[in-house]
Amino acid sequence: MTAPTIAPPERSAATAIRQRLLTGSVVGPLVALLIACAFFATQTDRFLTGGNLSLIIQQVMVVGTLAIGQTLIILTAGIDLANGAIMAFGTIVMTKLAVESGLPPLLAVLAGLAVCTAFGLANGLLVTRVPLPPFIVTLGMLNIAFALTHLYSDEQTVTGLPPELTALGNTFAIGDTQVTYGSVVTIALFLLFAYLLGQTAWGKHVYAVGNNAEAARLTGIRTNRVLLGVYATAGLVYGIAGLLLVARTGVGDPQAGQTDNLDSITAVVLGGTSLFGGRGLILGTLIGALIVGVIRNGLQLIGVPSIYQILITGILVILAVTVDQISRRRVK
Amino acid sequence: MTEPVLAARGLVKRYGHVTALDGADFELLPGEVLAVIGDNGAGKTTLIKALTGAIVPDEGEILLDGRPVSFRSPLEARRAGIETVYQELAVAPALDIASNLFLGRERRRKGVLGSVLRMLDKPGMRAEAARHMQDLKIGIRSLTQPVENLSGGQRQGVAVARAAAWARHVVIMDEPTAALGVKESAQVLDLIRRVRDRGLPVVLISHNMPHVFEIADRIHIQRLGRRVAVVKPGDHAMSEVVAIMTGALRVDERDRTVVVDTQAAQAAGVSGEQGPKGTA
Repeated sequence: MTAPTIAPPERSAATAIRQRLLTGSVVGPLVALLIACAFFATQTDRFLTGGNLSLIIQQVMVVGTLAIGQTLIILTAGIDLANGAIMAFGTIVMTKLAVESGLPPLLAVLAGLAVCTAFGLANGLLVTRVPLPPFIVTLGMLNIAFALTHLYSDEQTVTGLPPELTALGNTFAIGDTQVTYGSVVTIALFLLFAYLLGQTAWGKHVYAVGNNAEAARLTGIRTNRVLLGVYATAGLVYGIAGLLLVARTGVGDPQAGQTDNLDSITAVVLGGTSLFGGRGLILGTLIGALIVGVIRNGLQLIGVPSIYQILITGILVILAVTVDQISRRRVK
Repeated sequence: MTEPVLAARGLVKRYGHVTALDGADFELLPGEVLAVIGDNGAGKTTLIKALTGAIVPDEGEILLDGRPVSFRSPLEARRAGIETVYQELAVAPALDIASNLFLGRERRRKGVLGSVLRMLDKPGMRAEAARHMQDLKIGIRSLTQPVENLSGGQRQGVAVARAAAWARHVVIMDEPTAALGVKESAQVLDLIRRVRDRGLPVVLISHNMPHVFEIADRIHIQRLGRRVAVVKPGDHAMSEVVAIMTGALRVDERDRTVVVDTQAAQAAGVSGEQGPKGTA
C-alpha cells in the first residue's frame, strides 16, 4: 500500500486568480485609483499636472499619516477612534510650548510627540491589561483628548509659530513641480512601515495577533507586548501627523482633526485592509487615502459640489467592505 | 528497562474542592505513540496541561530524560523540546505555510540586513519549510499560499509539521483529529506514524477509540485523576478498554482484567479474567 499523502485540493485557475485579486493584495484598490485618475484626466486638463498631483498628496498627507497608525491597529483586529483627537492635542502641546513657554522648538516638537506616544501607550495598556475592547478604550480616549485639547488651548488658536515648526511645509522642486518636505515624510513613513510589516518578525507577529491571537500566543509570541508596541507606535505616528498638520496650516488649531478618525478608517478600508484584522497591506492604505484625495480634488476641479465627494466615499467604503466579506466567505 | 523520555510521578492538581489530578503517574517511552484516554473529568486534559507547562501541578514531579523539570509556562516546555498540536487548528490562517512553521521563531538574514535592518530570511525559511513538509509527505502546491486556502487536514498537517520540526523530545497532540472528517483523520494518523518513525515519541490524547487502537503502541487509561492502567491495544478488546475507562473493569497486577461493576460490565458486554491474549 502506498502511503497516502495529503494532496493539494483541486482548485481552478479562475478561483486562484479571483482569490489573489480579492485578498491581501493592493490590486483592487490600485485599479479603483487608476480608474478615478483616468476619469478626471478625461474631464479636465488641470487634473494630470505635476502641481495638482503634488497638491493631492499634500491634502491627504495628514489623514494618510494618521491612517498608518490606524492600519497597524486594525491589523491587530482593533480600531482607533481617538487618533484625530490625540493628534490635535499633540499639535496644541507643540505649538503652545514653542510659542508661550519659550521652549526650544525642537524640544517642543519632541514633547508633542511624547504626549501622543503616551496616549497610544495608555490605549495599549487598557486594551491589554484590563483588558477592554479597543472600540471602548479609544472612544473614551477620543473624549479625553478632545477635552484636554480645549482646556489646554483655552479654545484659542496658537499663532506666531517659530519657523522650525512649519519647516516641513517648505517645498523643493522636482522639475517644475513644487513638493513639500511633509509629503516626503509621509511617503517615507509608508515605505518604512511597509518594510516593517512585510519583512520583519515584528510584522509577522502583528498579522498573527490580528489573525488568531490564541494561536500566536501558543507559538510563544508575547501577544500583549505586540499590541502594546502597536498602540504606542501608532501614538508616535499620530504625533508626526500633528507636526505635518502644523506645518501645513501654520497654526495650532484646537478644532483640528475632528473627523480624521473616521477619515483614516475610510482610507484603511478603501485600501483593502480587513476590519476583522490580520489581513491587509499598508501600501493599500496609501492608495485608499489617495482615492479619497483624488475624488475630492477631481470633483472640485470639474465644479461638482463637495458634498458629492462624501456621498461617493460612503458608497466606496460599503463596496470595499462588501468585497472583503465576500472574499472571506469564498475562502471558507 | 528503557528510560522514559517523559515521566511524571504522583501529580496532584486541585481546583478549590475539585481534585483534577489525584496522584497521577505517566510514562512515555522512546519511539512510541502513547494514547491517553479517559472519560470527561478523568483529568487527562489537566495531565497534559501539567506536562506542557500550561498549569503548574500542586504536588509531584515531572522528569524529562530522567531529569526533574518544572515548567511555569508553555514557552518553557517548548524550549525544553516538548511541542504541542492543539485540536482547534492553531495556525494563523492569513499567513502562508512557511510563516506559520516559523511563527514566533523567525529567522533573520545574515549580516547587516538581519542584525540592523531585522530583515527576515524568507527564502531560507521557505526552503526549510519545504523540506519539513517533504519529510512528512505533505503535498502542498505552493508554500506561499495562505493557510486558509488549505483543507482542514492540510492545515492540521502544517501544525503537525511545525511541531515535528521544532520538537527535540516529545510531540503532544491534543485531539488532533477532532475537527476533521474521516479521510482527513486518516491522513493525520498517517502523519503521526511518520513523526514516530522519525524517532520522536508522540502523546496522543483522543476520544476516538478506533483511532487510538489503530495507531497507539500503548494506551494510558486515566480515571478519576489517576492512571488506572497502561495496556497494549493487541492485548485487550476495545470494549474492555472502554470498560476500564468507565470503571466497570480494572486491571490487576498480572495484567488481567477484573470485574468491578458486574451490571456495567454486562451492559458493556465484557467479562473479567481476560489477561493479555493467551494467558486467560
